[in-house]
Amino acid sequence: MKVQRKTLSLAEKLYLPAIFKGLKITLRHMFKKKATMQYPEEHWVVPEGYRGAPYLVRDQHGRTKCVSCQLCEFVCPPKAIKITPPGPQVNPNVGNVEKEPKEFEIDMLRCIFCGYCQEVCPEEAIFLMQDYSLTGESRKEMVYDKEKLLALGGVHNDPIEKWKRKEMEAREQGVG
Amino acid sequence: MTNVTAERQEKSAVETVSVWIDGQAYDVPKTMPHPVSGEQVGTTMIQACHMHGIDVPYYCYHPKLPVAGNCRMCLVEFGTPALGPDRQPLYNEDGSPQIRKSPRPVIACATPISPGMAIYTQTPEAKQMRESVLEFLLINHPLDCPICDQAGECKLQEYAVDYGKADSRFVEQKVHKPKQVDLGPRIMLDDERCILCSRCIRFTRDIAGDDALGFADRGSYSILTNYPGKPFDNNYTLNTADICPVGALTSKDFRFQMRVWFLKETKSVCTSCGTGCNIMIGSRNDRIYRYTPRENDAVNSCWMCDYGRLNYKWINREDRLREVQQRRDGAPAKTNWSVALKEVAERIESSPSGSIGVVASARLTNEELYLVRRLVQDKDAITDSVPRMGEADHLLVDADKNPNTNGAHATGIAAKKVGADIATIADRIRQGKIKTLLVFGEDVTKHGIEADLLKELDTLVVSDILPNATTERADYLLPGCAHAEKRGTFTNAKGRVQKFMKAIEGPGDARPEWEFLHELVQRKTHDGGSANLPALFNEMAEQVPAFHGLSWGELKDTGAQASL
Ligand code: SF4
Ligand code: SF4
Ligand code: SF4
Ligand code: SF4
Ligand code: FES
Repeated sequence: MKVQRKTLSLAEKLYLPAIFKGLKITLRHMFKKKATMQYPEEHWVVPEGYRGAPYLVRDQHGRTKCVSCQLCEFVCPPKAIKITPPGPQVNPNVGNVEKEPKEFEIDMLRCIFCGYCQEVCPEEAIFLMQDYSLTGESRKEMVYDKEKLLALGGVHNDPIEKWKRKEMEAREQGVG
Repeated sequence: MTNVTAERQEKSAVETVSVWIDGQAYDVPKTMPHPVSGEQVGTTMIQACHMHGIDVPYYCYHPKLPVAGNCRMCLVEFGTPALGPDRQPLYNEDGSPQIRKSPRPVIACATPISPGMAIYTQTPEAKQMRESVLEFLLINHPLDCPICDQAGECKLQEYAVDYGKADSRFVEQKVHKPKQVDLGPRIMLDDERCILCSRCIRFTRDIAGDDALGFADRGSYSILTNYPGKPFDNNYTLNTADICPVGALTSKDFRFQMRVWFLKETKSVCTSCGTGCNIMIGSRNDRIYRYTPRENDAVNSCWMCDYGRLNYKWINREDRLREVQQRRDGAPAKTNWSVALKEVAERIESSPSGSIGVVASARLTNEELYLVRRLVQDKDAITDSVPRMGEADHLLVDADKNPNTNGAHATGIAAKKVGADIATIADRIRQGKIKTLLVFGEDVTKHGIEADLLKELDTLVVSDILPNATTERADYLLPGCAHAEKRGTFTNAKGRVQKFMKAIEGPGDARPEWEFLHELVQRKTHDGGSANLPALFNEMAEQVPAFHGLSWGELKDTGAQASL
């Protein structure tokens, strides 16, 4: 099939009107607020609900909320999470919760900030927070361990406190 | 004579009856053997359904245990053929028998079938009964799946997905019961999770023969417990953790080590005694986490002993032999497989007849022992294995602690009385007649050939898995693999040939013994035979009379009988 070329008018042939039109837009933007940012001197304030790096949290009583159920390790698409379960030794201080991870590592080079881990966690122990720019000088440094994840995650207020309630109930009933 | 046998067969051949399950007619045997006594007892509805792949959910029923009928999860509806006043069956217009539906449901696990009976497993009523039973079970259940080790293989979780409700109508406080109860040296109990199915009680009373468990207290306060002051410590306790449908009984060894959904399951065989219980190896990233029994009615039913189950830690030990070594100027030095195998083959080839002794463990596989035999066939070598006799028990454990003594006999490696020829080998070394000793998987210094005697040898070739006094003195040290790291077959104490599969990789340079033995035979005779394991097994089956007629493919998962 043959396509008929459009014959240009004189104004179009001259190019000048088009150039002025372009300059007008440039000029308008020169006096507007800047859209770029002087990164890294300036930092972007992320909006509420932004999904950055996943960190572990403690509850208001300082307990590591993660119970090492390993669901996040299972669901994580790029296999960024590696959990070492606590093993069979009974810790007399844990009461009804029985278990927390011995080690918990997230390889931030692998993590794609998808949020599946937060979604799947039955204990509300892991949250995608606001950090988006993680740097390090080696691959090893980018594997965040349990201590680091907990320090970065901070405290998450737990309104339900189901484990505490269970323990109190059990004590009232004279067991545990 | 023939008449008598025929008569007997007729008697033992069980009559079949026809039943209707969900509108379909099926033939099922009228009676089946009782799981404990072996007597023929009436086939139950649940057996009839499962036989034909029709699912009936259950908790307390177990095919290998006596029926208790206490969980009520298996409730179904049923009907019987309608009879006219003349006691003759009535028929519908289309010729099918008329069924009179019973107004009340029955538990499928304890109700025997009768001819013409109709069982309904999928009616809305049946489903509703399951939902209600589940709701009751969950009333006091802690639902702490995130911290429960059963999650992922829990019947309560599975049926909750099928028949559970999203919301609970139970607003009262749950009854709390003891957690982390120490039942015995290998078992931990969580009474809150127990659904009181009594499987564990029946197992330990009727199968293990140790009436150690029971229920105490009443109603929703009922708990499972052991007799006060008497720990639950027989050699079969861990089977209760397998059959417990929920996370109430857990293995202290496996507890909180790894989630079950990460474990790769490999079919294998236990190597701790001559019984050769069929097992499943659960591993992840080349680490073994647990053994669980695998059903084989010809060997171990659904069970295995605790000793065998926990005897796997040596496989992941840090001090495993990882390097091929060769003694140079009196000290062991690292070398590689091709150099070592070339020199070993040359040394064997150049040894005069009668100057070679072989001690090959009855823990090697049939194929490996067969290759050892081929390696020294023309050298008039004395070969033997090391005996390992211990105590047998009433259920599974065999007195012979070697997994493959019968294989060592069949391939002609072991003496008639296993170990009898080791003294002869020692004597001949002393007399200077034996100059080359090949040792596979044994520490001969503990079994009659003292360390000093090993110095008299020109060549000591040792293959093993862990270091010992013999490996220290080896001129050639060839690191081998545990059964979990290779494929092969064992012949158990009853002559059953059973195969096992590879679960994990061997450490470092370690190679399966059959692989390098095949290479040695190839180098020495220029006719190594088959270079892959299934073909090697088939070759062996042709060459070794005891294995005639067997083939790798036909061994299937549960093995086949050798003619010993
Ligand atoms: S955010 Fe996604 S990729 Fe990152 S750890 Fe969680 S599940 Fe894995
Ligand atoms: S899903 Fe939550 S509780 Fe489970 S292991 Fe991950 S962070 Fe811990
Ligand atoms: S027994 Fe099953 S349902 Fe109960 S807590 Fe354990 S995994 Fe969950
Ligand atoms: S501990 Fe397990 S097997 Fe034993 S009664 Fe309770 S639920 Fe059943
Ligand atoms: S399985 Fe039938 S009552 Fe439990």
